[in-house]
Amino acid sequence: MSQHVVPPSVYVKVFGGLTILMILTWVMAFVNLGVFNPVVAVTIAILKALLIVLFFMNVKYSSRLTWVFVAGGFFWLLILFFMVMPDYLSRDWQAPVQPW
Amino acid sequence: MSTVAIAPESALMPKRHYANVRHSVASWLLTTDHKRIAILYLVSITLFFAVGGFFAMMVRLELLTPKGDLLDGDTYNKMFTLHGIIMIFFFLIPSIPAVLGNFLIPLMVGAKDLAFPKINLFSWYLYIIAGVVAVTALVKGGVDTGWTFYTPYSSTYAKTEVFLAVSAAFVAGFSSILTGLNFIVTIHKMRAPGLTWFRLPLFVWAHYATSLIQILGTPIIAITLVLVAVERIWGKGIFDPSLGGDPVLFQHMFWFYSHPAVYIMILPGMGVISEVITCFSRKRIFGYEFIAFSSLAIAIVGFLVWGHHMFVSTQSTYAGMVFSFLSFLVAVPSAIKVFNWTATLYKGEITFEAPMLYAFGFIGLFTIGGLTGLFLAAMATDIHFHDTYFVVAHFHYVMVGGMVMGFLCGIHYWWPKMTGRMYPPLLASIAAALVFVGFNCTFFPQFVLGYLGMPRRYHEYAQEFQVLNVMSTAGASILGLGYFIPGVYFIWSLFWGPVAGPNPWHAKGLEWQTTSPPPTFNFEEDRPIVVEEAYAYSIEGAESVS
Repeated sequence: MSQHVVPPSVYVKVFGGLTILMILTWVMAFVNLGVFNPVVAVTIAILKALLIVLFFMNVKYSSRLTWVFVAGGFFWLLILFFMVMPDYLSRDWQAPVQPW
Repeated sequence: MSTVAIAPESALMPKRHYANVRHSVASWLLTTDHKRIAILYLVSITLFFAVGGFFAMMVRLELLTPKGDLLDGDTYNKMFTLHGIIMIFFFLIPSIPAVLGNFLIPLMVGAKDLAFPKINLFSWYLYIIAGVVAVTALVKGGVDTGWTFYTPYSSTYAKTEVFLAVSAAFVAGFSSILTGLNFIVTIHKMRAPGLTWFRLPLFVWAHYATSLIQILGTPIIAITLVLVAVERIWGKGIFDPSLGGDPVLFQHMFWFYSHPAVYIMILPGMGVISEVITCFSRKRIFGYEFIAFSSLAIAIVGFLVWGHHMFVSTQSTYAGMVFSFLSFLVAVPSAIKVFNWTATLYKGEITFEAPMLYAFGFIGLFTIGGLTGLFLAAMATDIHFHDTYFVVAHFHYVMVGGMVMGFLCGIHYWWPKMTGRMYPPLLASIAAALVFVGFNCTFFPQFVLGYLGMPRRYHEYAQEFQVLNVMSTAGASILGLGYFIPGVYFIWSLFWGPVAGPNPWHAKGLEWQTTSPPPTFNFEEDRPIVVEEAYAYSIEGAESVS
């Protein structure tokens, strides 16, 4: 089975990118952006995850079948988020229980 | 009705096979042969089954009388917790995939081994490391949170060995993930020529679906348990409300894995039943494609139903309604399987060998377990039944009545393949009957106890519940005997059992086309080529291998 050979320089660059993103995460923790703080933090986290999945896990150079399984993993994570959130969003919809 | 011939007299044991090719202990502990690793798992899970069974025995003995005569409350809590942790993480989840799946999937797809043999051995070592950590937790005083590790008790208040127990479950999870990964790659990449997806044995389909759950769900429980440890060790508020956390979030994350984990346990059992029902009915299975896709449907829909464990947890009623509907939905693919197995029996040439008896037991007990699950999926009735013995009875009907029956069914069916020897058929049938009777005596009274309102996880109970508890404990002793007998005759058969020959059941499938026990690389000659559909029992003169 042929395998794509990734030059070490790519890994070095990805490592550099991850280090910069880590420093950015730390810096942003001291900047008050109000409601946008979590948005920025999650965006940086997604970028880090993408770098790791695409390059360190070699998914960028893998078959379509591998892509399907990787996408499946993220889809399952979305299932968790999208089915937990309605619980939190709809708890206040209920009328309080009246005592007998 | 016809009789299946067992062990032709001319059958001979092959001189060289996977089990005798080398004899040293190191050759077993460092093996990468999937069949030897399966045997390592078989020995390991049997030991854990005995340990978990001991804790179950202590629980049942304590509940023989209403007062806490044998155990105090704290010790009782540890007993049922350790019973749950050991049985679920160290017996039920790995049993069929790690033993029968490991042994059979390469044989069934016509491969020499699994895709990653070293990772396969590594997963066994992870399992053993996890087991050692669990036993350490036990020796150091045990854990009392229940196998569910509900927060904030587990993360903040429990004074027992929660960290060790959580670590054990965490490591065992990685073993499970690696096994699932190995199966998926093997099934995709290593099928024999001609073995298309719709010629695969349903056992393989069931394991494919199981593997999907293992690799998609297990990481969630792993991270959840890490978060419990983080809160417990460093006091970071994640689940404990007094630290700003949310205990219901733990339940969401825990059950996102742990409900599908029920399907990790039961789907491989369903795969076993599909093989056995067809073999001993001498018929192609009814609705092959429906059974294959129902495995995938169970795996996928099973991920959408976890909230039915949380109807009384302060989860939103509206979310509860959605989870309730989806829980009813997952009953459909399960029912498809039961109907199709039953339809397969129709006009079949049925014989009643021990594996078939276990298969019948599986169908009946799983059906009861599944149907009583609907009571718990309906929000109104669940409020009454929640945390009562009804729930205990329900999940034991699924996990023990279903999965353990499936495991015993599979072990009896493929024992001749694994060892090359037969076991005494009459004794095996008696043991199957004892297991069935003992199981029902143990757990059916618990449905009634739950209906009457007896709560679970208490070491004392009201006097009015004693008669049913005595019945349950008496049943457990019959069940224990039913489990003990196969252990004896299987060991006997290793030394003195009649030689089985390659295909004692006259079954279809590639695993029966090689010697019993198989050689190290599974097939003596060239790789088999598949030229017919699965379960071609009714096609005269058909050959599986050319």
